[in-house]
Amino acid sequence: MNKKILTFLTVLLAITFTHFQSYAQEDLLELLEEETKTENNTEYAYATFKATRIINGQSVENTAGGVLSFIIAHRFGKINDGFYQLFGLDQSTIRFGLEYGITDDLNIGLGRSSFQKTFDFYGKYKLLKQSSGAKNMPVTLSLFSGIAATGVEDLSPGNEDVFSSRLSYTYQLLLARKFNNNFSLQLSPTVIHRNLVRTPEIDNDVFATGIGARYKLSNRVTLNAEYFYRFRTDNLDDTTFDAIAVGFDIETGGHVFQLHITNSRGMLERYFVAETTGDLSEGDIFFGFNISRVFTIVEK
Amino acid sequence: MKNLFLTIVFSVIIINIGFAQGKYFTRTGHISFFSEAALENIDAHNNQGTCILDSESGELALSVLIKGFEFEKALMQEHFNENYLESHKFPKSTFKGKITNLDDVNFDGNGKYNVKFEGDLTIHGETNAVSSAGILEVADNTINASASFPVTVKDYKIKIPKTVIDNIAKVVEVKVELKLEPYKR
Repeated sequence: MNKKILTFLTVLLAITFTHFQSYAQEDLLELLEEETKTENNTEYAYATFKATRIINGQSVENTAGGVLSFIIAHRFGKINDGFYQLFGLDQSTIRFGLEYGITDDLNIGLGRSSFQKTFDFYGKYKLLKQSSGAKNMPVTLSLFSGIAATGVEDLSPGNEDVFSSRLSYTYQLLLARKFNNNFSLQLSPTVIHRNLVRTPEIDNDVFATGIGARYKLSNRVTLNAEYFYRFRTDNLDDTTFDAIAVGFDIETGGHVFQLHITNSRGMLERYFVAETTGDLSEGDIFFGFNISRVFTIVEK
Repeated sequence: MKNLFLTIVFSVIIINIGFAQGKYFTRTGHISFFSEAALENIDAHNNQGTCILDSESGELALSVLIKGFEFEKALMQEHFNENYLESHKFPKSTFKGKITNLDDVNFDGNGKYNVKFEGDLTIHGETNAVSSAGILEVADNTINASASFPVTVKDYKIKIPKTVIDNIAKVVEVKVELKLEPYKR
């Protein structure tokens, strides 16, 4: 009996001693690590793209709540016009626009393009946010809807000029995933409706999907590419092509510079998704850039 | 024999409780920093700092998630994570050190004590020795601790491009405010 108790005590002491040891040697940082592990945090992906546009098309990024962004974009003439036109720089089209974050998730914007003298207005809403941890969501999903009105005089010569024929509409789902810190991919199923088209044979509606990606070359520079594939083209204007663009995002503090080459001159969905006229096989390439500057209106 | 057995069991329990009680803990520590530069001031706050303090040895450890810092401007926050602190590579910043004048502090009674501490501060994957002073206020078994110390950005290999040299201070003042409570396992 005594022997049993003694054995028990020895074991107990041994356990106590090792326990005691483990306390004494415990690293406080490791203890913190353990404590924070039990916390179930949700981590949201941020900066899937650097700007609210991948190149021509919208990205899932929003201008933050309370922030106003001023965007100036240019597309120049054809690079293959040669030295006489200074490789297209003589003929620039411009769009300037304002974008405001009503909340972090809801943006509205308006702009004016010199191309077809077009005014545009749009809204973008972030419905789902990519996250990991307690809440797991593989993608970010945004809804985009825009309306554009051309101000060109005598839009349809010989016909009565009705305002509604100047309008076109864009609806997009923007579905993106930031795969890792460097690589993000976005799919942008798009529907465009034009109230007036050039000939009766051309369909008013265009169904397309954009596919865009970015790869980070450094903390401040990314390589971007974007392509808009139209599902059906036999009912569309046969002088138009799918839009393609390649470019760089360069970030310097409050500015993002986007420099790119593309085969489309328009900077609105209607013009680049549905009415890109640049034929790559003919070497029709336009140089362009977007510059955005943000102003914080409402501080957190 | 039975008494001896009980004595040992109790003393074991007491030793263990004693050790647990010697530690103070928080997961809602407030850590902030302030950068004063020619063009703009930057003020960022984090309320999720975790800290543990061992009152027996004076050792303390602090850990904070870089992504938890909140700025008044959204873009500052993005750049802080993406370009400067590179939080995808270095998600946490830590401090591990000890109070060097522990004998001046009485953890059992209420009171306010000036303390000195030193240790290793790790930011952006770089570790440097720091030492500074702070205040410990013991009030009914909780400890309010506060301290501040300057952090030289260059020491932690945080690169600031020339174009924004007037926007970011070379030395940033870091403030820590903690309400530590007895640590229960």
